[in-house]
Amino acid sequence: MKTLRTTTHLALTVAAIFILTQCGDRTQSSRGGDGKSGDPQPTAGQSAVKDDQSQKDVVKVAVGSPDHSTLVKAVQIAEYVDVLSNAGPFTVFAPTNAAFDKLPAGTLETLTKPENKAQLRDILEYHVAVASYKPEMLRDGMSLGMANGGSIEIANKDGKIIVNGNATVVATVPASNGIFHVIDGVLLPPGK
Amino acid sequence: MKNQPPKSPRNIRSNPVTSPIKPGFIGNTGLGLALVATAVAFSGCKPANLVSAVDTGGAAEAVYVPPGQYDEFYNIVSGGFSGNVSVYGLPSGRLFRQIPVFSQFPECGWGYSEETRPMLNTSHGQLPWDDTHHITLSMTKGEHDGRYAFINSNNTPRVARISLKTFRTEEIIEIPNSAGNHSSPFITENTEYIVAGTRFGVPRSDEGSNPDVPIDSYKENFKSTISFIKMEPDTGRLSIAFQIELPGIDLDLARAGKGKSHGWFFFSCYNSELAHTLLEVNAAQKDKDLITAVNWKKCEEYIAAGKGRKSKTRYAHNVWDEHTHSGTSTIETEVTVLNPLELKDIVYFMPCPKSPHGCDTDPTGNYIVGSGKLAAVLPVFSFDKIQAAIAGQKFDGDFQGIPVLKYEEVLHGEVQKPGLGPLHTEFDDKGFAYTSMFVSSEIVKWNVETLQVVDRIPTYYSVGHLCVPGGPTAKPHGKYVIAYNKITKDRYLPTGPELTQSAQLIDISGEKMKMLLDFPTVGEPHYAEAIPASLVSPNSVKFFPIEENKHPHVTKSEKDARVVREGKTVRVYMTAMRSHFAPDLIEGVQLGDEVYFHVTNLEQDWDVPHGFVIKGSQNAELLIMPGETQTLKWTADRVGVVPFYCTDFCSALHQEMQGYLRVSPEGSATPLKYGVGDTITTAPAAAAATPAAAAATPAPALAPATPAPAPATPAPAPATPTPGPGTPAPTPATPALAAPEAN
Repeated sequence: MKTLRTTTHLALTVAAIFILTQCGDRTQSSRGGDGKSGDPQPTAGQSAVKDDQSQKDVVKVAVGSPDHSTLVKAVQIAEYVDVLSNAGPFTVFAPTNAAFDKLPAGTLETLTKPENKAQLRDILEYHVAVASYKPEMLRDGMSLGMANGGSIEIANKDGKIIVNGNATVVATVPASNGIFHVIDGVLLPPGK
Repeated sequence: MKNQPPKSPRNIRSNPVTSPIKPGFIGNTGLGLALVATAVAFSGCKPANLVSAVDTGGAAEAVYVPPGQYDEFYNIVSGGFSGNVSVYGLPSGRLFRQIPVFSQFPECGWGYSEETRPMLNTSHGQLPWDDTHHITLSMTKGEHDGRYAFINSNNTPRVARISLKTFRTEEIIEIPNSAGNHSSPFITENTEYIVAGTRFGVPRSDEGSNPDVPIDSYKENFKSTISFIKMEPDTGRLSIAFQIELPGIDLDLARAGKGKSHGWFFFSCYNSELAHTLLEVNAAQKDKDLITAVNWKKCEEYIAAGKGRKSKTRYAHNVWDEHTHSGTSTIETEVTVLNPLELKDIVYFMPCPKSPHGCDTDPTGNYIVGSGKLAAVLPVFSFDKIQAAIAGQKFDGDFQGIPVLKYEEVLHGEVQKPGLGPLHTEFDDKGFAYTSMFVSSEIVKWNVETLQVVDRIPTYYSVGHLCVPGGPTAKPHGKYVIAYNKITKDRYLPTGPELTQSAQLIDISGEKMKMLLDFPTVGEPHYAEAIPASLVSPNSVKFFPIEENKHPHVTKSEKDARVVREGKTVRVYMTAMRSHFAPDLIEGVQLGDEVYFHVTNLEQDWDVPHGFVIKGSQNAELLIMPGETQTLKWTADRVGVVPFYCTDFCSALHQEMQGYLRVSPEGSATPLKYGVGDTITTAPAAAAATPAAAAATPAPALAPATPAPAPATPAPAPATPTPGPGTPAPTPATPALAAPEAN
């Protein structure tokens, strides 16, 4: 399997997204409090830990990929960045920008509206399993329980892994807190 | 990019940058990355309310305990992998004490001194370090009674009882037919029983062996056990009343019923797949795992009716005696086993979504919360419905021959999408539950009756256990919830790769939870309980009365201080009193002698321990509480004069509290001579060592003074037959303190 390319051309953009990611979490970090002045809600969540030496977690892998800017944006909007920066272990099935582009026109715009945050979060959680599934562990016919409570079906034909019959794993990147499988389709929870 | 935590208000005021970033900013903005990034980079990511972050909103006052005043609660905190327990004050977060339990602890010589070494004895010999997990505080009528704390060792299964009068470990009992004693030591509402459920299924036989079977024969050959350890109400003494044999499920956590559900116990488990490898995948296959509901009152009836099966095994039972100031270790050889396949009304399974971890009963005893750590819902079971389902035979088949109750028949309801990675739930006194969410790093507050989430607060980071004072009891004290976090990263000044784990004190007295304090912990804070100080502090022991000291080698007054040769063994009966040892001058020790310093601290005054150490000590130091006797074993490994001194700063003349011991060559004519000041005694020449005397005299480490130990007695001798439930544990059969060497 090929691994992701990171080009120097995109390095600045990547860094910019990264900064954005961290700042974005401040909205999340305050959600436990009332947000008023005088409420001592401290600092940001785990995604804001300053550490550019350790292996990248799944969020940083996504941020470092030029093909996942849509996913990164969605994860920020859904306030899911701190969760995925956690110890995990996570398996993230990460749709590419092109995969999002295949959705019916307007879908993404609708999902990213503030009032649809819960639905967006549910869809993103449907791409995450709390376990670290290497490609060779994804066996044909397997069903994986996902973070939203749903499950996905795995087909594995001679090493070609297809999720729910419509998204193919096209690359895999190990991360510090799990594993990041790049897929070419967006997974939609049944009945959503 | 991350804001460093502000060090002082002055630092904050000196930074003029304020941020344009507002909540919702990102959600309402398109992909203008370059512009955004520029703005953000220049802003330095300072949140708009940074100044308010140091305006503590009353948090500082809420946790401030003025110098010389006391905290309201003791927080008894597991030390996790450290094997020990630590004691904090709340709300200050100040660390008061570490209590050694399953690990040697240099600060006080636990596991090093001859008296304490038997406490770490097991059927595998003396173990220097184990892994503790859960704290439980003793209860009477479902409420904290302030008598004991219990904690399990996970690796080599044991349960310990700690006195909250002395803050010392008084008893440790090994759990046979178990491995990974995780589901432990949870207790019934009057501390009738302490339970210990095995995390690993293990092959076992009634002949006492651990059978040599293929690991892939797991489903046929591996069993799990739940041990019910009985506590004698008056003495606190423990004994294994019975074990329940189960299929090889991995028992995880547990809580007893209380109130109406008193008489029942609930255990979570994972791996109902009965997988034996790559559990990360193979034990996460089923949509539902199991909660095991045990009717222990019924078990008692069967035991009384002789329905238990005697099973041979070996386990150590170690008891500390506050009067001899010594531990003894006894090997027990039998347990009584109950089989739910034959006794069909003692165990029922309840389906619970996705690898339940926490299994917590609410203060009323009617609700049992299962926290499926991979589940998107939090199921709450109803005890009333469980009883009705059992009565109505509402079964959904069986698991390995044990009936499984129908999920919907026993369910009170589900908390929908409470957060990710629910682990543990504690309760307050107002009908709310607090559940820790590991993956989403938060504590979620919800209403037990309505199942509605009413508040959530982030933790830093990855909260594991949590604690409400009195949270597991029938009468929670409320006021705070403390988050015990697994991941620290940038919370404190860095100390290399290894970081202290953080705890966070959160005020729950109002509608909204409010973070008050962040404090470091020792080891891993793997569960904790908090108890009002008023239930504990009045009973705290200040010293041990010297007249009650029954140590076989006590020296109760300075005039009795002496040195006695027994072949190649030399016993120094030493006293310590501000500010000298008696004797502090010792001659006549010979190369190769084994010297036992039996040091008695004669002080009868609070907080005046003495220490003792001698140069070249291969073992440790001593720390001796007032009125106590402790023993350091030391071998004379070279000829010459060796100094010893007091290691605990006892007085203004602590530095003068020192002495010398002279080591002469083997067979030297130097007489045994000892004393302090003008009182010097020279022992008669007849007492000097001869090779013949050395060979003829057995030298047990620390045998009771009377009668002299018979050398023919093997140590440790198997104990007298294991007591049935309800009878006191047997008198130790092993010569005191000899067990570790013998194993």
